[in-house]
Amino acid sequence: MKARKIKEKIIESILLVSSSITSITVLLIVVFLFSQGISLFGDSTVEKGSVMAVNKNNTIKELTGSQIKEIFDQNIVYWNEVGGKKDTIILFRIDDIGNYYSDEEIGENFEGLSECVNRLVDSIPGILAYFPEKYLSKNFKGKVLPLEKVSMKTLFKGKEWFPSAQPAAQIGAMPLILGTLWVSLGAILLALPLGLATAVYMSDIAHSRVRRVMKPLIELLAGIPSVVYGFFGLIVIVPLVQQLFHLPVGETALSGSIVLGIMALPTIITVSEDAMRNTPRAMKEASLALGATKWQTIYRVVIPYSASGITAGAILGIGRAIGETMAVLMVTGNAAVIPHTILEPVRTIPATIAAELGEAAQGGLHFKALFALGCILFIITLIINLLVESISSRNKHKSH
Amino acid sequence: MNKLESIDLNLYYSDFHALKNVSMAVKANTVAALIGPSGCGKSTYLRTFNRMNDLIDNVKIDGSVLLDGKNIYDKAVVTDELRKQVGMVFQKPNPFPKSIYENVAYGLRVNGINNKKILDESVEKSLQQSALWDEVKDKLKKSAFELSGGQQQRLCIARALAIEPTVLLMDEPASALDPISTSKIEELIYELKKKYTIVIVTHNMQQAGRVSDYTAFFYMGSLIEYGETKEIFTNPKNQQTQNYITGRFG
Repeated sequence: MKARKIKEKIIESILLVSSSITSITVLLIVVFLFSQGISLFGDSTVEKGSVMAVNKNNTIKELTGSQIKEIFDQNIVYWNEVGGKKDTIILFRIDDIGNYYSDEEIGENFEGLSECVNRLVDSIPGILAYFPEKYLSKNFKGKVLPLEKVSMKTLFKGKEWFPSAQPAAQIGAMPLILGTLWVSLGAILLALPLGLATAVYMSDIAHSRVRRVMKPLIELLAGIPSVVYGFFGLIVIVPLVQQLFHLPVGETALSGSIVLGIMALPTIITVSEDAMRNTPRAMKEASLALGATKWQTIYRVVIPYSASGITAGAILGIGRAIGETMAVLMVTGNAAVIPHTILEPVRTIPATIAAELGEAAQGGLHFKALFALGCILFIITLIINLLVESISSRNKHKSH
Repeated sequence: MNKLESIDLNLYYSDFHALKNVSMAVKANTVAALIGPSGCGKSTYLRTFNRMNDLIDNVKIDGSVLLDGKNIYDKAVVTDELRKQVGMVFQKPNPFPKSIYENVAYGLRVNGINNKKILDESVEKSLQQSALWDEVKDKLKKSAFELSGGQQQRLCIARALAIEPTVLLMDEPASALDPISTSKIEELIYELKKKYTIVIVTHNMQQAGRVSDYTAFFYMGSLIEYGETKEIFTNPKNQQTQNYITGRFG
């Protein structure tokens, strides 16, 4: 009797331990993701240990990351374009020092370098100097610009994703978020009509023998590894899109949408077909007995009755499309620009993380920015899952 | 004139012989009750009149069923046209998850009638025929699920009447209802037979006795005895019928 009780206790504690391990793991991952992602804010887009300085008479108080990039790309050449006086901007990088001072002045071991930089910044009114902090002289006569901190605005308003740019990294997530949404939206627009048509056919029109063959086939579609879909897309769909629309490259948002659409099909079909088959037989019979045709019964009774199941299927399909990495990475062309049409290359959030994590230095700005992207993706999919949850609970409520 | 008639009707579910050589006729504006133990084929037989059995895979039917003298199993017959003439009420109330109004209007809408005036008139008329109008006239836009079980069943009757059939099939229409609702349905059947020919399946012997003019007793897929209800209940010719009616089996 006692042995039995002890056995029960042991089993209970094993179950408790396993469930706690699972919950803690999930929590740890979420905490890790967000701690990394949030630590991005407060960092500067300009590399640590570097200084941006201007002449003391310059009225400029600060420069944003994107302004710095535009200036160094020489898209902005006058100070008044960034709110200053009407002077030409004269760029100075530390390598340029030889153009202004002789080797003797700089010194063999760069001992005179800080003084040279100091004099140079003081003498040229339109200068924008970018140099390592260690060459900042103690009695510097210029004005050191405060470095812009990364904020939500940088992340969501920035139109450019170029985290390895010098001197100021560009971490605008908008092109990636838009790329993800475009590709997923396209995928759902392609997959939803096709998936719904298949679901209707399988649930209400196909003979049971046909259904017995089709259903496992469609479920098989869900089991194909995504890299195979990517490969298929690269070899078949990319050239097809290129030829069809006479494009210079076939790796476009559209190709990604097609591949993702195919991948989302099994989810959409199985979930909505189940919902349609759950339409009570009595409901269908009532409709048919009133002289409605098969098709009238489908669109007046079956589809309205299973509307929430269909919605859940569609959202789950979108969820799969949004999180998909490999196949999209292979077919969308990976250009981190805001897309204007679906026939342009785009880059999605998961593809960016997969492609760039290897080259980002751990703990650096780029690394943290990728984690912030991960957080954004996590939030998007979380919203989608909550939507599915609320829709299916509404469904349960309705059937009672 | 016989409104409905079946001649040597045989029905098979795959290998199972569910109806065996059933021949009987129902006169216009009468109520015929089909009685018999569970699994005797009475519901299957009822469903041959509006070809509801067509929906089940592997059903085979021999013989003929005549509606106004015409075989409804003829190749030229369109089932949805047939079902507009032969309405049906099911065992469990099965309103659509729509408003009361839309439930009644459904049959007209699938016939392409969307004129609001015609719909309004038809909805009111059908609900009055099914003795539900006074209870629901102020809440036509409410969901049909807000009604009680008995009201839902009368709504289903109204829904069937809206398309103006000539025959009404009822498959144990009161079996899921309380006694008060049941008596309302029975009164309704008595009223409706003035305009419609009614075939009703019932488990309840008293009900068959109360509502029907003719009664058919089915057993093991065969029609054992068919005749005037008074005769069947007071003076059955067949021993099996007598045993069933007196409650010795079933």
